[in-house]
Amino acid sequence: MAETRRAFLTAALAGGAGLVAGKAAAQGDPAITELQPWSRYLGDGVDARPYGKPSRYESHVVRRNVAWLTADPISSVNFTPLHELDGIITPSGLCFERHHAGIAEIDPAQHRLMINGLVERPLVFTMQDLMRFPRENRVYFMECAANSGMEWRGAQLNGCQYTHGMIHNLVYTGVSLRRVLEEAGLRPNAKWIMPEGADASAMTRSIPIEKALEDCMIAFRMNGEALRPEQGYPLRLVVPGWEGNMWIKWLRRIEVGDEPWHHREETSKYTDLLKDGKARRFTWEMDAKSVITSPSPQAPITHGTGPTVISGMAWSGRGTIPRVDVSLDGGMNWYRARMDGPSFDKSIHRFYFEFDWDGRPLLLQSRAHDSTGYVQPTKKALREIRGVESIYHQNGIQTWHVNERGEAENVEVS
Amino acid sequence: MSRYREMTRWRRNDLPRAAILRSGQSASGRASGCLVLLAAAVCGGSAMAEPMGLGREATPEEVAAWDIDVRPDGQGLPEGEGDVMTGEMIYTERCSSCHGIFGEGEGRWPILMGGSGTLDQERPVKTVGSYWPYASTVWDYIHRAMPFGDAQSLSPDEVYAVAAYVLYLNDVVDDDFVANADTYAAIELPNADGFIPDDREATELALFSGEPCMTDCKEHVEITMHAAVLDVTPDGAGMDLEGAAIAPGPAETAPEGEASAMEPAGTDDMEVAAAEPALVEQGKALFPRCRACHEVGEDAGNRVGPHLNGVLGREAASVEGFDYSPAMREMAADGLTWNADKLADFLIDPRSVVPGTRMVFPGLTPEDAKAMAAYLGALPEEG
Repeated sequence: MAETRRAFLTAALAGGAGLVAGKAAAQGDPAITELQPWSRYLGDGVDARPYGKPSRYESHVVRRNVAWLTADPISSVNFTPLHELDGIITPSGLCFERHHAGIAEIDPAQHRLMINGLVERPLVFTMQDLMRFPRENRVYFMECAANSGMEWRGAQLNGCQYTHGMIHNLVYTGVSLRRVLEEAGLRPNAKWIMPEGADASAMTRSIPIEKALEDCMIAFRMNGEALRPEQGYPLRLVVPGWEGNMWIKWLRRIEVGDEPWHHREETSKYTDLLKDGKARRFTWEMDAKSVITSPSPQAPITHGTGPTVISGMAWSGRGTIPRVDVSLDGGMNWYRARMDGPSFDKSIHRFYFEFDWDGRPLLLQSRAHDSTGYVQPTKKALREIRGVESIYHQNGIQTWHVNERGEAENVEVS
Repeated sequence: MSRYREMTRWRRNDLPRAAILRSGQSASGRASGCLVLLAAAVCGGSAMAEPMGLGREATPEEVAAWDIDVRPDGQGLPEGEGDVMTGEMIYTERCSSCHGIFGEGEGRWPILMGGSGTLDQERPVKTVGSYWPYASTVWDYIHRAMPFGDAQSLSPDEVYAVAAYVLYLNDVVDDDFVANADTYAAIELPNADGFIPDDREATELALFSGEPCMTDCKEHVEITMHAAVLDVTPDGAGMDLEGAAIAPGPAETAPEGEASAMEPAGTDDMEVAAAEPALVEQGKALFPRCRACHEVGEDAGNRVGPHLNGVLGREAASVEGFDYSPAMREMAADGLTWNADKLADFLIDPRSVVPGTRMVFPGLTPEDAKAMAAYLGALPEEG
C-alpha cells in the first residue's frame, strides 16, 4: 500500500503536479472513477484495535537515531520526527528518547517517592498518595540541552528530525512540587533540591529551591494518559523552560540541601565549554529558538510551483513566542510569520508562512522573538561569543536550501 | 481525629469552604492551618500550604538505603578505604572493557584520563583530569551508575579503590594513595577553577534583543557549507537527495519488529523453548544484565562482546569480526563448543572456565545461568 503513495510522489516529482492533474482530468482520476476496496468491503470492528495506532501509511513517521553519535543504543538518544508533525502537541509515541541506562520498566505498585534531607519530616509517598494532592494540567516543551549540538561547527545532519528533534511538547498532569515539598516541611537553610531517578544511571541534578517552589511539577500523565516508560513512567519531574536533563525520569527521590551537589551531569556534562577554556555551569534556561519543519530536507516541496505553506515551530524557556520572522533569501529580507494555535508559557508555538513559490531556489530561515524581547541569534553571533565546543544550547538560526526541484538541504550561509 | 470526620459534622453550606481549605487555595485558611499545625519556623513566610497528611515518615533505614549522594565537601562519603593497586585490579576486571586499560576509552566509550591543556584548543579532551572540577563527582558517579549495566554493585571499599586508580591515571594522586572519607575529601582536581556561573544575562541577552533588521539586511548571501557533503545523516530518513521524496513503507521500517526481535522465534528453532518456556522467560528477564556488552536479535552486531545469536551449538570464538582474547581462541582450538551445560558453567564463573577471558562479568547463580542458556538457545540463529 505504501507503493501507491510512493508511486504517486514519484510521478508528481517526475512530471510535476500539473501533469497528474491534467491526466486525471482527461481520463478520470481512478481514485474517483474506480470503486476502492475500503468503499466496498467492511473494515475492522471496534475491538480490533484496543489501543489505536497511526495509519499503516504513516509507518515512516517514527523516532530515529544517529548510530555514530554514541557508543551504544542504551545510553543514547533518538529524535522526534518534527518534519511530519504540526500543531503544538507531540504525540506520546514520537517524543524523542534520551536514556543514560536504558528504559527502566517500573511496576507503579513498587514505586516510591522519598523526600529527605533538610526537611522537617522525611517522607515516602506511593503513587496513590501522590494522586491525592490537588492536580494541575500544564503544557510545556522539553528540550535536550544538546539539541542542535551537532551543528556547532557547521551544517552536518540533513533533516530537522536530527538537527532539532530532541524536543517535545506535552500536556502534563501532576502535582505541584511545591505542595509535595511543603508536605515534608522545608527547613530554613533549604537552598537546593536534588531529584534522583530510579533507573540504572540513578540520574541526579541540582536545582535551586527558588525554581523548585516556582513552577516545577511532579507529573504522572502526559497528553492525558500515563507517562510512557521512555518518558519516566510512572513519575517524572517537570522543570519548565529548563534543559531536559533536569527533568528527572523515573523520579524516586528528592533530597533537599544547602549546596549544589556538582554531580556528573552538571560538571562533566551539561556545562558549556567556551573559547578560553573556561566552562559555563548551571546554564539551565533554554534560549528562544525556532525551526522551519516543512519544507526541510526530509520534507521537500513535491507539489511544484504555486501556493506553498511553510510550517515551523518556536519556543523559549523564558516565556511565550509572540512573533516569528521568516526569510526566503538567507536573511536579506524578513517577513512576519502567522502565529497559529494556542500560546502557552514555555511551550512550543506553531507558525505558518504562506507564499507563491515561483520555482526559484530558496534559503529558508526563521527567527523567533520571545516575550522578554530576546531575538534568536545567528549561529555566527553565537560562535563569536561561545566558540564551537559548547556542545549545548545551540539556538542559532537554521537555514534550509531549497533547490528548483523542491529538495531541501541543511546549509550555512554568509 | 481525622479531618474527614470533622467534615461530616459540618452543615451542607460549609462544605465548599472545607474543600477550599483542603486544597490550600485560601490565604486565610493557609495561614491559620499553618499556625495550628506547623512549627513557626516553617510558617515564617506564610507561603506554606497546610500539610495534607499524605505519605508517611521515611525510616532511617530507608533513607540510608537510597541516600547515596556525595558532595564536594565530602558529605555523603561513607566509611571504607581503598588503594590505587587494589583499584587497578578491580578496574581491569570491571571497567577496562569499555574505558580501556589506561582509561583511554574503547570505541566511543568515555575517555577517563589525559587531555590536560586541551580545553582552549580545537577538539578539547574532557576527562576527570582535564575537566572535572571535583573528585567527589568521580566517587558519586562510579558508585551510583557504574559498572555500566551493573550499577551500585561495588562496595564502598571497591569504589574508593577504583576512584583512587582513576585519579592515579590522571596524575592527581601517587601510587601509594589510600582513599578514605578524609583523604578523599581533601583532593583537589586541576580544573576546579575552570567553571564560571551562567553569564548569558550579561553577555548575550542585551546583545540578542531589540528590533532586528527586516529588509535589505545583507548585500548578498552565499552558501558556505552543505550538510550533504559530510554525508553523515542516517539512511532511511524519509528523503533521497538524488530525486524523489521517499516515504518508506512498512517493509522498510517496521517499528513493531523491535519488540519481536527479542521474542523467541518460530517453531524450527524452538526445541529448547518448547521444552521449558518458563526457563526461557526467566533467562530473557535476566538479559538486561548482559545487554551492556552483548546484542541479540535482528541486526545484532558485535559490541564489547560478540553478538549471541545462535551461540548454542557454535564453536567458541567463532563470530566473525570479533576480537577474542587469546585465552578464548585457545579454548576454541582445543575444541570448545557452546552447549547449554558448557555455557551455563561459563556464565556462573567465566574466569574459571576460560582463564584469561576478556569477559568482565561477576557471574550468575547456577539457576540463573541455566535459564540464560535456555533463553539464548531459544533465539533464532540469524536474529
